[in-house]
Amino acid sequence: MSEKICGQNNNGGLTTVHVKDGKIIRVRPRQIDPDDFKPWKITARNGMTFSPPKRLTTDTYGLTEKQRVYSDDRILYPLKRVDFDPKGDRHPETRGKSKYVRISWDEALDIVGSEIKRMWDSYGREAVCSIRGEHCNWGNVNYRLSAFQRFINMIGTTHVVENPDSWEGWHWGATHTYGFYWRLGTIEFYDMLEESLKYTDMVVYWSSDPDAVLGCYSGQESAMWRRWLKEAGVKQVVIDPYYNFTCAHVADKWIAPRPGTDAAMILGMMYVWIKEDTYDKDYIAKRTIGFEEFKKYVVGESDGVPKTPEWAAEKCGVPARTIKAFAREWAAKKVQFWGSGFGGACRTAYGHEYARLAVLLQAMQGLGKPGVSMNGLAGSAPYNYDVIVPGYADPDGMIWLSRAARKQIFPTADQFIYRLKFAEAILNPPIDWRGEGYCTRSLDQQFVNFVYPAPGKSEVHMIYMYGSSFMSTFCNGNEWIKAFQHPKIESVVCQEVFWTNNTRFADVILPACTNFERNDISGFANAGGYVAHGDLPNNYRVACIQQKCIEPLGESKPDYEILALVSERLGLREEFTEGKSIEDWMKGIFDASDLPKYISWEEFNKKSHYVINVPDDYKPKPAMRWFYEGRPCDTPDPANPKKGTDKAHELGTYSGKIEFVSQSLLKHYPDDEERPPIPHYIPSWEGPESELAKKYPLQLITPHPRYSFHTNYDSHSPWLNEIPGHRITKDGYSYLPVSIHPSDALPRGIDNGDIVKVHNDRGGVLCVAKVTQRMRPGTVRTWSSVGRYDPIEPGKPGSIDRGGCMNILTDNRLQSKNASGFAPNSCLVEIRKWEV
Amino acid sequence: MARYGIVVDVSRCIDCYACFIVCKDEHCGNDFSPIALSQPDKGHFWMKVIENERGEYPKVKANYIAVPCQQCENAPCVYYSENNAVYRRDDGIVIIDPVRAKGQKDIVKSCPYGLIYWNEAENIPQKCTFCAHLLDQGWKQPRCVETCPDGALTFGDLDDPNSEVSKLLASGKAESLHPEYGLNEKVKYIGLPKKFIAGTVVFGDNDECGEGVAVTLVGNGEKRTLKSDNFGDFEFDALSEAKEYTVNVEHPGYKTKKFDVRTDNDVYLGEIILKPAKSR
Repeated sequence: MSEKICGQNNNGGLTTVHVKDGKIIRVRPRQIDPDDFKPWKITARNGMTFSPPKRLTTDTYGLTEKQRVYSDDRILYPLKRVDFDPKGDRHPETRGKSKYVRISWDEALDIVGSEIKRMWDSYGREAVCSIRGEHCNWGNVNYRLSAFQRFINMIGTTHVVENPDSWEGWHWGATHTYGFYWRLGTIEFYDMLEESLKYTDMVVYWSSDPDAVLGCYSGQESAMWRRWLKEAGVKQVVIDPYYNFTCAHVADKWIAPRPGTDAAMILGMMYVWIKEDTYDKDYIAKRTIGFEEFKKYVVGESDGVPKTPEWAAEKCGVPARTIKAFAREWAAKKVQFWGSGFGGACRTAYGHEYARLAVLLQAMQGLGKPGVSMNGLAGSAPYNYDVIVPGYADPDGMIWLSRAARKQIFPTADQFIYRLKFAEAILNPPIDWRGEGYCTRSLDQQFVNFVYPAPGKSEVHMIYMYGSSFMSTFCNGNEWIKAFQHPKIESVVCQEVFWTNNTRFADVILPACTNFERNDISGFANAGGYVAHGDLPNNYRVACIQQKCIEPLGESKPDYEILALVSERLGLREEFTEGKSIEDWMKGIFDASDLPKYISWEEFNKKSHYVINVPDDYKPKPAMRWFYEGRPCDTPDPANPKKGTDKAHELGTYSGKIEFVSQSLLKHYPDDEERPPIPHYIPSWEGPESELAKKYPLQLITPHPRYSFHTNYDSHSPWLNEIPGHRITKDGYSYLPVSIHPSDALPRGIDNGDIVKVHNDRGGVLCVAKVTQRMRPGTVRTWSSVGRYDPIEPGKPGSIDRGGCMNILTDNRLQSKNASGFAPNSCLVEIRKWEV
Repeated sequence: MARYGIVVDVSRCIDCYACFIVCKDEHCGNDFSPIALSQPDKGHFWMKVIENERGEYPKVKANYIAVPCQQCENAPCVYYSENNAVYRRDDGIVIIDPVRAKGQKDIVKSCPYGLIYWNEAENIPQKCTFCAHLLDQGWKQPRCVETCPDGALTFGDLDDPNSEVSKLLASGKAESLHPEYGLNEKVKYIGLPKKFIAGTVVFGDNDECGEGVAVTLVGNGEKRTLKSDNFGDFEFDALSEAKEYTVNVEHPGYKTKKFDVRTDNDVYLGEIILKPAKSR
């Protein structure tokens, strides 16, 4: 009888794992000695002081790890698709339908190695295409941006580049208004918690639900902050077509515009300010450019359409008097706008226009003035910026770039496929798009044109998937099926832990183990370079060792080891591993951080965590205060290129100021009517004003899941299916709930709990109806990115899905012709009761 | 000897369901005899969370009420069990003995809260045990309380006047979820949703939000007055169920409106459009 206690970490937060006789018996939020914590304190406007308790929180799904690790969905052995013979007939057309047979690691690696070499010989390196998903199975060594990146840099592949999916409108739009392209368009949000408690009268959560999205990886740390705001007397308003979780928790007012019309509502508010002269003229004169021309658009001088509250009301469905009252209140108070990044409004048709206008809305009230701010993710606590610990996307945190490597291996790929256009790239090349996905180096990076195939390069003929579950996360999922079944794709390899939506399209499957079955190093919500200081929504920073709890199940192996074995077949093992084990790399990353100054490697491994407390002399540096006051940037924003230069008082726009007329867009796309130099309200191509609305009158929105981390826990952790807000079990099957207002349900003969088909011309998905008053009539809502694609007719594009892959219903049309973001929340559907 | 209880603060519950999940984590696949056998993966809600949605669009409220076993002093499950299968410990925790309770399906029906579940595989009724097996090992609180992110659940010794749970009870704000059952539960609630009467005032002459309008509520032995906010919204909350009230909406220069309502459900009076008083 042996018992041990291990520390682990994943995208739900840190955990303490109890293991007995080689089996995980319980998973708790990470247990840390209270003496390790030195809680910071904030004094609010009304004299109350607030301090977090001496403990950590973990997200709900992060507590289902026991079930996830031992899930029936685990792949325990290498597998080969029965119809696939690499020396004979490959039968691509039965991908998604065929069965699998168990093979040995040797046979699997032989096939993978020889296929890759055959690609190189027949077509060139670029014929191998790499795709990755996988937010989860944390650990800086094994993570998708680390071990897998080192591997694909080494062999050179056509990489499927990601679009900034959670940030779209902010990335393609707001950057041209206020810069911050190095942050994917999310504004810096330093010390925003203190800002909201000390100086703010009203917090507006615009298309933002921090209680559900929780700062991405920050457990449930910030839930108490929204209660504090209430206790401090700060008014909280939620703007969302759905009465969301944050709304239920703390909102004093709920306003529900039609999806995709937020830009119109903003313009209606601006009209009130202009007419009633209640905006900050001094700030506009000093810190912005182009207002006079923008004003002409608002008041209707340029297009003959004054953007009155009445005009806005007709578009967004919020009464004109409410828009007026809200605008007047906003002008009279100091407001913090929550929602920079994330949210559904930025992921709609022309969502970049909404994001631009949101920035300009706050600019008109003096963005950066005490109390007038914009917040991102789930906000930001006091933080110790002096102790550098690389996150999963910081240079030192990724083994291809880290100083832990003897030799860094840089990307050599010169052919890409844009993820949003993957299916089209395979089925109907050539394709082109603008911006290589995450454009963090400059504004102009968004304007670079890419084509696939690149001149002189081969198309892809082999796919190497590292996780990924795009059938249920990317628009028009049915097209992905056709792409995988195309004969030009000669082989598909999937390195994966679970049966996911994509796995069934693989020819060879290499079973990886979860993070619980290997060692690694990471930090609580420490995504590092992916979102600078992404652990700001935590109450505490914690660096950690992820301790191996149990042996890998079946014949599964850590990702790093699998890639080392594949490298070996290619004669590149030494180049990939440098002779290092996972533990060697962990030590290298530790040595490259500041941690050795505070804790020894032995102590760190024994304790498995180190709390990085805020120094006693901590001085807040509120975001954008420096800009408002016209002085050099003093926030810790690490990638701000103007910091420390003579332009340090400027923003990242061409002019250095907030641009009502975007200079970058004016220069590159002056005649683009879809993303014009002056932001506009443009009716969605699939929205209430579309012709299609006559056939499909309901607007579908699909926000980030609350009870799963995208596809990573849903389906692998069936306990989650018992949570009614996540899935509803009917006749033995767990469906997604679709929220629908009684005024829409009644005429359709739909009762609460009925199985319904949500459909449009792209396909159909079965859900269970949740008839509720929390839904704006005319809009329906369910979750995005489920873990289970369960077509009634497997392998057939267009089959009705039961698993809840709502993205089947969404168009993969880009936000606008030059803005390569996706727009899943511009989707029209009908709902009918499903008769079994 | 401690006597255990829980106070649930409904206003702090954010519907995260972590309490429900860690209860499954603790018990699924783990045999903690003689306190409890393994809980099945599906169908048991030893910690149940009930969503309480009230009102109508656009005036809606939602609360979530965590309901573990209430560890009643007058527990019907103890009374209705045979063979001493269900017993109450000195610390107040009610235990269903996994051996002696075999086959006793009636125990499931005995709980008016519906918190006892049938385990088909083991042929026994099961429920929340306040993680007695952990408390007996020296743990300070059950898994659900340990995990709750913002202190919606407080656990402790009811006999210690300095415990957090005792202080919350002493505030006088805590009540039983179903006092009419008369069970003297050891789980009490602060902030249980009652009924509201709300409305949105509009000035009919200029179609602006009716801000600052005096709204008076009379009924059930109380009188309250407030002023509508900048949106014209007003709300009287924490009203009793199934009572009659009169709501008076009046503003200088406008005709007064009066509503007689009954709080069988929450009442949203909708847009109350005030018409200008006739000038003489």
